[in-house]
Amino acid sequence: MIRRAPVNLWIGGALVAMMTAIALLSLVWTPYDHTLLDIPAKFAAPSAEHWLGTDQLGRDVVSLLMAASVNSLTVAFVAVGLGGAIGTLLGLAASAWGGWVEAIVMRLVDLGFAFPALLFAIMLAAAFGPSLSNAILAIAFINIPVFARVARGAANQIWTRDFVLAGQAAGMGRAALTRDHILPNIAAPIIVQATIEFAVAILAEAALSYLGLGAQPPMPSWGRMLSEAQTLMYLAPELAIYPGLCIILAVLGFGLLGDGLRDVTDPRLARTRA
Amino acid sequence: MSALLDIQNVTRRYPRPRQRLLHRPEPLVALDNASLTLNAGETYGIVGESGSGKTTLARLVMGFEAPDNGRVLLGGEDLHALPEHILRQRRQTFQMVFQDPFGSLDPRRPVGWSVGQPLRATGQQPAPAQIAQTFERVGLSASDAERYPHEFSGGQRQRIAIARAIITKPRLLVADEAVSALDVSVRAQILNLLLDLQDEFGLAMLFVTHDLAVVANLCDHLLVLRNGRTVEQGPAQAILTNPQTDYTTMLLDAARVTPAGHSAPARTTT
Ligand SMILES: Nc1ncnc2c1ncn2[C@@H]1O[C@H](COP(=O)(O)OP(=O)(O)OP(=O)(O)O)[C@@H](O)[C@H]1O
Ligand SMILES: [Mg+2]
Repeated sequence: MIRRAPVNLWIGGALVAMMTAIALLSLVWTPYDHTLLDIPAKFAAPSAEHWLGTDQLGRDVVSLLMAASVNSLTVAFVAVGLGGAIGTLLGLAASAWGGWVEAIVMRLVDLGFAFPALLFAIMLAAAFGPSLSNAILAIAFINIPVFARVARGAANQIWTRDFVLAGQAAGMGRAALTRDHILPNIAAPIIVQATIEFAVAILAEAALSYLGLGAQPPMPSWGRMLSEAQTLMYLAPELAIYPGLCIILAVLGFGLLGDGLRDVTDPRLARTRA
Repeated sequence: MSALLDIQNVTRRYPRPRQRLLHRPEPLVALDNASLTLNAGETYGIVGESGSGKTTLARLVMGFEAPDNGRVLLGGEDLHALPEHILRQRRQTFQMVFQDPFGSLDPRRPVGWSVGQPLRATGQQPAPAQIAQTFERVGLSASDAERYPHEFSGGQRQRIAIARAIITKPRLLVADEAVSALDVSVRAQILNLLLDLQDEFGLAMLFVTHDLAVVANLCDHLLVLRNGRTVEQGPAQAILTNPQTDYTTMLLDAARVTPAGHSAPARTTT
């Protein structure tokens, strides 16, 4: 049963691997300290010392971009992890117990899908107040309905399988059946969704930081770099292009990876071991 | 002494999807006023064509769903009136073997895990020796417990499913088309295994099948269903030798003309 790995999986995987490697590297090494101001060297053109030049305060752009990638990935990881875990649990509970549990969860899901996710995150972050942790909470929040819906749909399918009935016949309760049979068997669609939501979260973090609702100075962030560069568009347009490109590549990378994973974990192919 | 299993006038309806806006269709009556009593050590065959309500009856007996009318008494207790936690304890005494031997085992778990499940459900930690013994009892080897469902043939998987069903030494075994997906030669082996276990434990069996040939020399009693209704019911020998309805005759003929080497194609697992 050999399946051709789709192109999107490879491109997405490569982009994500590259970005992760750069983020990890930046924890131990960047060409310069990204907080180091060198006003006389501001707006330096790309050179051997500063590969992508320096910004309006003379900071090394490559170092800034590298440090900012950590911020993007961390925010996405925490927000998708938190929102994904809560959403998955809610979806599993809705599927297992039905009735009013399901009714409440589904109303929440409806609410989540009533607004565009990004707009909703901006509304929430604005309501919570500008800080990175509030931005993370807002992004986590928009993930809850997404995962609740995916988990419930996938779980509903597994509940109809004979091995779950067999577990019920064995005397297992709903919570134990969910833990032993449902959750392990919905892991694939959850992971696929998480990868796709990673892309959304990176975009959302960039948007919130751009609006001043996310990362606060001096924390480096692609979104804030973009908004700072915006005022200097006529002076140094490349300062806006670099973080913009980073955002696009990161979003594209996770988006393609998620798509590719979805293709290879086609649920119609009975898979064997976890 | 009350019967082990006493099904009293059970009816199960399923709502049909609405076709027109202001018209609520009559519900589908999957099982209509069915009754039977089954004692320890006996086998009751439930036969009928596809859609006749056989699986519905099995699901009611297993407590997977509740009847709209009527009662299912197990050891004198109304199964569907028991509180959840009591019902879960009682489940040790009635077990089921499913039709699709692949679908009834979680593909992500070693089969020994699945066989130990009924013990774990009541908080016992299944001893490896007990799992091994049960595997050997159904004709498998103790080392098979470590392996995964996809490593076994259909017949072996059904043995594993039977091992899971008997590990708690139940008093009632519900077998819903338990051999239909198997080759004829394997089918005989599995039927023999079930009969041996019945002798050994005094198991009562509710044996569901669309194929009268399978049950002919297995059952003490027969219930013949059609569209949820009881068509004929009574001692198996009497019905098989002297069917009272054309429908039963038709089922009998269908069983006879089926060549011995022919079997239903194994269901592809999804
Ligand atoms: N969950 C359900 N919802 C709606 N209708 C159902 C449901 N389960 C069964 N039915 C219907 O009830 C009737 C009886 O179904 P049942 O599965 O008991 O038949 P069966 O005798 O087991 O058939 P088969 O030999 O094909 O397995 C069928 O018409 C079926 O479509
Ligand atoms: Mg059936």
